[in-house]
Order: sequence, then C-alpha cells, then structure tokens
Amino acid sequence: MLTCKEFMQELNDYLDETADVELRRRIEVHITECPNCFVILDTTRKTIQVYKGMQPQVLPAEVQARLLKAVERKMAARKPGISS
Amino acid sequence: MPAATETGIFDESALVARAREGDLAAFNELVGRYSRKIYRLAKHITQNDEDAEDVLQETFLKAFEHLSDFQGQSKFYTWIVRIAVNESLMKLRKRKSDRTVPLDEPLDTGEDTVVREIAVWDENPEQQYSREELGKILEESVESLKPAFRTVFVLRDIEELSTEETAEALGISVPAVKSRLLRARLQLRERLTRFFKRKGDDVFAYL
Repeated sequence: MLTCKEFMQELNDYLDETADVELRRRIEVHITECPNCFVILDTTRKTIQVYKGMQPQVLPAEVQARLLKAVERKMAARKPGISS
Repeated sequence: MPAATETGIFDESALVARAREGDLAAFNELVGRYSRKIYRLAKHITQNDEDAEDVLQETFLKAFEHLSDFQGQSKFYTWIVRIAVNESLMKLRKRKSDRTVPLDEPLDTGEDTVVREIAVWDENPEQQYSREELGKILEESVESLKPAFRTVFVLRDIEELSTEETAEALGISVPAVKSRLLRARLQLRERLTRFFKRKGDDVFAYL
C-alpha cells in the first residue's frame, strides 16, 4: 500500500507519465481509496493544463525591431565567435 | 505556411555551424526562431517588460559573441536558454538583491509541499474568467513562487523543456529539478484553488 506521503513523492512521475506500470497501478489504487489524494492529483493536473493552455506571450514588434538592430550593430562590429 | 527561411536551412546544427563560420544570415535565422520564446521566458522569470527586453538582447548578443564556445553537444536552444536564465536571474538580483534565492542555494524542503487546501475544482474553471482575468491570475500566481521554483516551473511546464534539458539549462541536478518542480506545481495548485474551486464546496469536499 502506498501512503499519502509516498503518493506525493511520486505525483510528478505519474503526471509526467514517467512512472513505470507497477507504480502507476499503485497510485491508481491509492486514489480510489483516498479522496484527498485524488483531489490533489486532479487539481495538480489541471494546474499544469491551464498553464499549458495559456495565451502565448507576444513579442511586440518594436521589441523585435530593437533586438534586430542591436544584433546588427554587434555584427557590424565583429564576426561571431572570434575572441578579441 | 511552410517554414520558409532566408537561408533555406532547416537543419539546426547546419545553421549553427554556418553562423559560427560567420554567416550572419544564419545567425539572424536563429534569432528569428527563438526570440519569441526567449522573450516569454525572460518575461516569466523577471516579471517585467523592460528587464525582459534587456535579457532578450543580452542573450542573443552573448550568444553571438560566444558562438565559438558552443560545442554542439547540447541543442542551441538549451544553450541560449541557459544564457537567458542567467541574465534573468541577474536582473532579479539587481531588483531585489536582499530577497532573491540564488539557484544553487539549498532550499528548505519542509513546508513547501504541505497541502493546506483540498477542494474540488469546477469542471472548466478557466471559463469563468475573461482571458485578461485568467492571464492575470496565472501570471500573479507564477510571480508568487520563489525564483528557484519559478524558473524550473517556467522551463518545464511552460517552455516544455525535458527534465534533463532543464537541469542542463540551470546547471542543477535532475533530482533538484524534480523536487523543485513538485513544489512549484503544488504551490500553484494551492493558489489556483482559491480561484477555481467549485462553489458551495469547502475544504473537505469528499469527506
């Protein structure tokens, strides 16, 4: 039997699908018997999902333009990787 | 639209090799590929537009300067992520020099994994908020994490680097990545529960 403490230690491997078959089985048994750990598993999984579904950060056009200018200036000054 | 490029090179190691030989178009192509991701990463870690822009520029300028040091054993992206993370942490240290935890400092392992609130969430909790409100909730929650946890969470769960790549980019061990990620996820879960829990339920939803 997995304890709640052991469950917490293995939570990430379960969520990241890196737990082996036996461990997955033990975790799945545990969450059918322990409602609190089931909720923790479920809400942690949703936490990760909601961040993965987050709107991608846009790179403002002016920021991109300034970056390209800075790179251009650097390139004009010297070739890459040649230490001075 | 197909990823047509100025150089026509799709294979990244060939692109990096050409950039190293002084092909400026090849380097610009790399900038184009990763600038958006690096900006997002820097914004998440520094939580500040101005700092994120500085980090973005510094990252590519340093990459350009040190291209000859890049051996090609890791991916180019992992290599510049490492530069970007270091630059971002330097910005953080400058801003709040007394409160920031350096990445290599041993972290208290105790109370961070304590679960205080256990409540069922709504079926689709994010739909109760407007895009702006949701964005704000998520951003502020990430901001509430200590930098050492935040950085790992951003790399693993937002930028979707592997555990090994994250360890390499941060210069920390794989077990350290794992334990920090667990704590980051649990702390975020705890915080988001305040916003997303099913109405009418309270702490002991299932008991």
